[in-house]
Amino acid sequence: MSVVADAEIIPIGTRGKPGRGTGAGRPSSDSRALGARTGASDQPVDDRPVDDRSLDDRSLDDQPRDDEAARDTAPGRELEPEPPVQATAQPVTRPTRATRAPVTAKDRQPTDGIPPAELLDALTSAAQEQFGDNWEPRLAQFLAFLRRRLTGDFTVDDYGFDQEVTEKFLLAALRPLARKWFRIEVRGAENIPTEGGALVVSNHSGTIPLDGMMTAVSIRDHTGRFLRPLGADLLFRLPLIGDLARKGGATLACNEDAERMLRGGELVGVWPEGFKGIGKPFGERYKLQRFGRGGFVSAAIRTGVPIIPTSVVGAEEIYPLVGNIPSIARLLGVPYLPITPFFPLLGPLGLIPLPSKWLIEFGEPIRTDEYEGGAADDPMLVFNVTDQVRESIQQTLYTLLMRRKSVFS
Amino acid sequence: MGQVVLVTGVAGDLGRRFAAKLSGSADVDRVIGVDMVPPRGDLAEADFVRADIRNPVIAKIIVRERVDTVVHASVTSTPAAAGGRTSTKELNVIGTMQLLAACQQAPDVRKLVLKSSAAYYGASNRDPAMFTEGMSAKRQPAGGFAKDVIEVESYARGFARRRPDVAVTALRFANVIGPRITTGMTGYFRLPVIPTVLGFNPRLQFLHESDALAVLEHATLCDVVGTFNVAGDGVLTLAQAVRRLGRPTLPLPGFALPTFGSASRQTKVADFSPEQVAFLTYGRGLDTTRMRELLGFRPSFTSAQAFADFAASLRPGILAPARVRATESALVGALSPGKGERRG
Repeated sequence: MSVVADAEIIPIGTRGKPGRGTGAGRPSSDSRALGARTGASDQPVDDRPVDDRSLDDRSLDDQPRDDEAARDTAPGRELEPEPPVQATAQPVTRPTRATRAPVTAKDRQPTDGIPPAELLDALTSAAQEQFGDNWEPRLAQFLAFLRRRLTGDFTVDDYGFDQEVTEKFLLAALRPLARKWFRIEVRGAENIPTEGGALVVSNHSGTIPLDGMMTAVSIRDHTGRFLRPLGADLLFRLPLIGDLARKGGATLACNEDAERMLRGGELVGVWPEGFKGIGKPFGERYKLQRFGRGGFVSAAIRTGVPIIPTSVVGAEEIYPLVGNIPSIARLLGVPYLPITPFFPLLGPLGLIPLPSKWLIEFGEPIRTDEYEGGAADDPMLVFNVTDQVRESIQQTLYTLLMRRKSVFS
Repeated sequence: MGQVVLVTGVAGDLGRRFAAKLSGSADVDRVIGVDMVPPRGDLAEADFVRADIRNPVIAKIIVRERVDTVVHASVTSTPAAAGGRTSTKELNVIGTMQLLAACQQAPDVRKLVLKSSAAYYGASNRDPAMFTEGMSAKRQPAGGFAKDVIEVESYARGFARRRPDVAVTALRFANVIGPRITTGMTGYFRLPVIPTVLGFNPRLQFLHESDALAVLEHATLCDVVGTFNVAGDGVLTLAQAVRRLGRPTLPLPGFALPTFGSASRQTKVADFSPEQVAFLTYGRGLDTTRMRELLGFRPSFTSAQAFADFAASLRPGILAPARVRATESALVGALSPGKGERRG
């Protein structure tokens, strides 16, 4: 009975040693000064493990020895209660403890770190893993690339287009999305001229301009040319995004830049619907919005380049826009703040585009080089050509929609 | 008979070196340098007259010396030189007004060359990639050097209207850079840590100081009239430029940079005025077709070469290209024997 009561008041882990609060309400200074009393408080602790040992003494090999040591010291303390002797009693305990195998962390750690040879070996095998059998020139190429980036030893064109970054990062990152996620099917890639200026005019949809990026990837993969997109001024106001857009070959959608690029023989992409197209509600999908003021047509006529009407099916479904918060959008200075079935409901998860099946068709080029010099300043002609392009895209959209079996396959 | 040329702003480095260079030219009889303070360096055979262009005495000098060509090179963006923004503005705008008024009264003046700046175009997200001379700032500047330049050019245009017999040439310089010149931009690149606007990578164009002198001389001696952008070929992005220097950058959000600028203004090394921050955010590109085809001037340095010449005069930073290159070859060297062991 008293044993149980004593066992209850001794906290687990301290083994009832002096100086630790035993929970019995005794002051700790008292227990420190009076060795005899602490010895007494040790006794019940010893009794219990003895019982345990009798049950299974093989598995608890350490514990009994510890208890033996405690028992050896306990009588000594009882005989000589002065503190100095207590200090001598401590060394007596140590040798008895040392009889068991010492458990130290010393052997577990490698002493001198990783030898350089092994480190080098690991590096080479990592390089082999990463770059394949022909790893050495490839690694050298990679290091040279890294050095060029770090020392600024690369060139950008007048618009800030960085071909290396576009090829190695932007397009490489978008390509799996285009092939695996949206399974883009491209038709009429032969309508894109292999050289010289041309204007790709496309419908715009999908809440964020993924359709433009996917068109750029498709054109790069099918014709080897870089698409130079024309973007809204908002794009260039945004940090990081504006920088990436310029690196990826975009420039401001204005007549000066469009004409300059077309004269330079670039393949320029334009989305004349702008924010009206990209931010339109899901219910109005595949209905072309107004085509701006036809500035792209006058740019094409002035430079005499063909217009390639392009229809993108599939982008409407990636983020179905079911709502808009105009007040917050105005506050943030953006044209719309989208609500999709999953955003902002699911937070960042809602940013994953739905894996719709995409079809991109590049239509028959519309020639503009037959018009006379002042044709670009004739508003009636410009409106007519704009309508022609718009109608062509709209008709192709309907045809493609009929051909598509379902949204996701 | 040669020309008699009056050069304003000879206390400035560019003005002084231009006056000295021009005085050696065979087509020029006499060069008179004017400024409020004496130039610190050599003026060669040019004469110096200490005068304030805001003072009517400048009209007397022009008439008495029978000046036929005026090169107005004192429009400056560096407030430190003139003792603060207010007096810089006074000197730029009122100085130009007075100088042009004096020229209007002078019967001998046949030519005016104005050293202007590409700051005329401002910098915004609505800018075209390349500005041609016919364009203007997409966002009108509220103040600062950009506004000075716009006003100065409008006075020059007014003067050209009133004196159709005078050939007026305005040269809009891109950022002048080089080992010997001190401008807001060189001060910026000389900072040990270069603050940039977070998330923006502006396109920059540079004009080498020797090209700046050459184009001023070219415009003074030839008879071409009009406004011309002057810049080296090609563009560099700010990130590219900074990496070529090998200096670390400190990207700050756009709104924080002017605050940082006002804190560092005391040191008078770099310029972080609102229009400079806009420039460091959006950058600017100049179309130089007219410079090549009408003015007939070809800069000998591209933007990249001009910047490289400037960078060579600086102590290389911790990420200097030479060091990166050495690290690369060390890495390649260390990995190659590893392959040899494997084979052997």
